[in-house]
Amino acid sequence: MGFWSSKKGRVLNVVLVLIGFCLIWEAAVHVFAIKAFLLPPPSKVITDIVSQPLWYGMHTLVTLKETALGFALAVLVGLIMAIGIVFSRFVEQTLYTFLVAMNSIPKVAIAPLFIVWFGAGIEPKIAIAFLIAVFPIVIDTVLGLRSVEPDMLDLARSMRGSAMQTLWKIRFPTALPSMFAGMKVGISFAFIGSIVGEFVASQAGLGFVIDSAQPTFDTTRIFAAILLLAVVGTALFYVIELAERTFIPWHVSRRREGAPAPSH
Amino acid sequence: MSELVRDPVTEAPNGASDAVSDVYVRISGLDKTYHSERGDVEALKAIDLDIRGGEFISILGPSGCGKSTLLKCIAGLEDLTAGAVDIRGRPVTAPPLDTGIVFQRDVLLDWRSVLDNVLLPIEFARLKTRNWREKALELLHLFELEAFADRFPWELSGGMRQRVAICRGLIRDPALLLMDEPFGALDAITRDELNLELERIWERTHKTIVFITHSIPEAVFLSSRVVVMSRNPGRIVEVLDIELDRPRALDIRETPAFTKYVRHIRETFEGLGIMKRGR
Repeated sequence: MGFWSSKKGRVLNVVLVLIGFCLIWEAAVHVFAIKAFLLPPPSKVITDIVSQPLWYGMHTLVTLKETALGFALAVLVGLIMAIGIVFSRFVEQTLYTFLVAMNSIPKVAIAPLFIVWFGAGIEPKIAIAFLIAVFPIVIDTVLGLRSVEPDMLDLARSMRGSAMQTLWKIRFPTALPSMFAGMKVGISFAFIGSIVGEFVASQAGLGFVIDSAQPTFDTTRIFAAILLLAVVGTALFYVIELAERTFIPWHVSRRREGAPAPSH
Repeated sequence: MSELVRDPVTEAPNGASDAVSDVYVRISGLDKTYHSERGDVEALKAIDLDIRGGEFISILGPSGCGKSTLLKCIAGLEDLTAGAVDIRGRPVTAPPLDTGIVFQRDVLLDWRSVLDNVLLPIEFARLKTRNWREKALELLHLFELEAFADRFPWELSGGMRQRVAICRGLIRDPALLLMDEPFGALDAITRDELNLELERIWERTHKTIVFITHSIPEAVFLSSRVVVMSRNPGRIVEVLDIELDRPRALDIRETPAFTKYVRHIRETFEGLGIMKRGR
């Protein structure tokens, strides 16, 4: 185990590669005299963000709020739907088929309809974020709820457990690792959903920043928004990952870290 | 430790059924057929067996002989195709109370501490876990696991995990303990250890234990009686009394009396074509 495979080493690796990338980008823009409206140098992009932090901050927060609310709704509704699918044959046959059909429609195609229904505020963005994020969450939660060992279910029956006891004390915790896998995909999808909504019609958010900068060829502003999107998107993913580590320390893929290896 | 000791005779229900008080489980004319697309499979055919209160009975047979299915029928986890299973004279229609169960996989809940795993049946019965902590710790002490009460299953070895599963099976002090190949997934040395511990516990408590295994020496070592089963269809071919002195130590397996039982059962299997005769 050298320094580069340690945790600090890995972080430093990423930072160095990013700095290197920006330096090459910066140099290329100056050496080849690329026009700023085609490709602004990174220094200009960062200067733009730093010069008006409140404005960028406000738009970032709007997108973040849409994503978070859409995602939260997707988790809540997704869990309820998954429980219905696992426990009722009828719900499985109807809702499940409907979900698959819904998911095959590109959500961008529905976005204008949501604007008509919900107006140009944050509601249609939440709706689109929800609609995209809910599918992976339902699929993975169903998978998780079904992955309980048959012997475990026999044990629950032998203890005369009620359906509720078995669900909350056994099935739900068993499903958590799988649910988190779905939520990691879901949070990225919700993020895409809110940007898609903002593109169609909006007065705020990072999608609005990009959309409104495009007619005036304000490439610097577009890049600034993209940079903020990358930062926020990465942060959202790691928030879910952190929650996963906190809530399911027994999860197989984490056992290697810290826990002593079981020996017979 | 005295709470663990239970006299099967005084525990007989209301004294009315004295005639059958020494029969704890009665299995009569039991058939179990599984229906599948490829046709019906007769897992169990015409099973008749009386299990006496306080005996250690092993059900021994090759894989596919329906021994686990038989255990699940006693546990009220299977619908019977024909016949009946009665516990203390009452037909089993749902999982019986006063019964503990241990599987081959320990099926511990990874998110609960060892102590909370042992207390799971208490929670499911909606009893106050606070009142059962002492009992749980006492059981863990019996298996030398009290130091691990606050640890989690994934921090334990396979043998320790199975000991926790046995504690969970014993927490409500059941009169009947059903064990479905509980040591089948363990290495030979750990298996020996657990055989000794189980023998010691049975000595102390005289619970009725139904033990499923495919190991001939294990069945002989632990049991008062061994039920030998064959397959296609799953049926009982022989019930053998094991008259070896107790308490039994591991070296009993090298005595002529012990090897005689093992040889006898092996020859039974050979006669059925289940085991091939070596040259």
